[in-house]
Amino acid sequence: MNHFIDTFFNAQQILATWPAILKGVVVTLEIAALVVVTGITAGIGLAVLRWLFGRWIKWPLLVFVDVARAVPPLVLVLLAYFGLPSLGVDISGFAVIWLVLSAVLTAFVEEIVWAGLISVKKGQREAARSTGLTEVQALLYVVLPQALRLAVPPLTNRTIAITKNTALGTVIGVPEIINQATTAVSFSGNATPLMMGAFAYLVLFIPIIGFGRWVEGRFAWRRH
Amino acid sequence: MQSAASFLPSRAPGAAAEIQSVEPLLRIRDVSKKFGSLEVLKSINVDVSPGELVFLIGPSGSGKSTLLRCCNRLEEATSGSIRFDGSEVLDPKLDVNALRRRIGMVFQSFNLYPHMTALSNVTLALRKVLGKSGPESKTIAMAALERVGLAHKASAYPAELSGGQQQRVAIARGLALEPKMMLFDEPTSALDPELVGSVLATMRSMREAGMTMLVVSHEMRFAREAADRVVFMEGGVVVEQGPPAQIFGPDAQPRTRAFVSNEDR
Repeated sequence: MNHFIDTFFNAQQILATWPAILKGVVVTLEIAALVVVTGITAGIGLAVLRWLFGRWIKWPLLVFVDVARAVPPLVLVLLAYFGLPSLGVDISGFAVIWLVLSAVLTAFVEEIVWAGLISVKKGQREAARSTGLTEVQALLYVVLPQALRLAVPPLTNRTIAITKNTALGTVIGVPEIINQATTAVSFSGNATPLMMGAFAYLVLFIPIIGFGRWVEGRFAWRRH
Repeated sequence: MQSAASFLPSRAPGAAAEIQSVEPLLRIRDVSKKFGSLEVLKSINVDVSPGELVFLIGPSGSGKSTLLRCCNRLEEATSGSIRFDGSEVLDPKLDVNALRRRIGMVFQSFNLYPHMTALSNVTLALRKVLGKSGPESKTIAMAALERVGLAHKASAYPAELSGGQQQRVAIARGLALEPKMMLFDEPTSALDPELVGSVLATMRSMREAGMTMLVVSHEMRFAREAADRVVFMEGGVVVEQGPPAQIFGPDAQPRTRAFVSNEDR
């Protein structure tokens, strides 16, 4: 038992490592915030474009969406980090993790919002158009708000799942939580920093999950 | 003809003759519509004069809803001509949004926006299509809700309203834009029987206020007492059209008589 506590909850280790973990938390938060904003904005944007110009962009869009959803994010991260410099693109690990996770989140958000858009009853769009609203106005004021309400639960889940992938930054040297923790583990030979990392994720994500619940409650409207 | 006039208390004697001489507000000529190889409308001719209430009746699949939806281009007619208020509806270069400002539409399933209050349902097009300010659009919308007897429900969401109330809000949404004509696509078919009356009463008051209306409906009794003209369609063609006294009378064509007596039961 003592051995267990010493390995996972070593007080000296906690004191020695917490500043590094805290730095990791800041980096993880930065990446997560950027990814969430970029991915959700771009994903909704793509779903809107597909609604308005489906004929022209459907196939290239589906190729992007399916590739981004099918290939493990780790593969995309490695490809981008080690591949892009050989194409003459000089890119930091931070930018790679941001762009790759944003692209993956964009793909999922596009599909989720699209599913929401097509499950809004056809009569809603027709009623809006019949009052003289343009296609864009009918979408923005009538169809999209209803689609987003339907999309909130899957959006929250997917956002959390993708954001946790910030941990992949560790394989390309981005100093986020897991990178800081594993570095400390290899210097000390003690697993306590990993436990601290896990704790940091709990502290980060439980509020996000709570926020998701709150949004769901707030955006629900009374039904029959 | 004389018996028909007795059902129309709001019209002065001779009004019918006067209507004949007026240029129709809506003139449907030789309109055909194909879905692939299926021809759902075959060379339809119907006129609607200003202030007229015209009923489109017929069995389901007869093409009456499709014809109605061609009038504001929710469906595209394959050929023919629809003149409305001086413009050719079927002209591909026509600004459909401008057309739809002048033609209101009421749907079978109400199609109120569930995420907005009754008031916002009515003000949306006033603000975004007509560019009215917030306070001005609210004044107009409240007046429209007043006309359908629902000003007191302005802040209710659609889910908090009965079907009849929802349909009257939908009518107010159309009326608020002050259209020259209103299209009704089976406005009472989704309603419980006891709620039908309130919607019909609203339509009757619109008729008395001079609104031009083209109505697809199975409310035969209402057609008989309130319509100026009834158009009976079957299989994509107009079988017969005329005043209610003719369509519901003993001299109607056999097919019309069979349909009407079945519906009236």
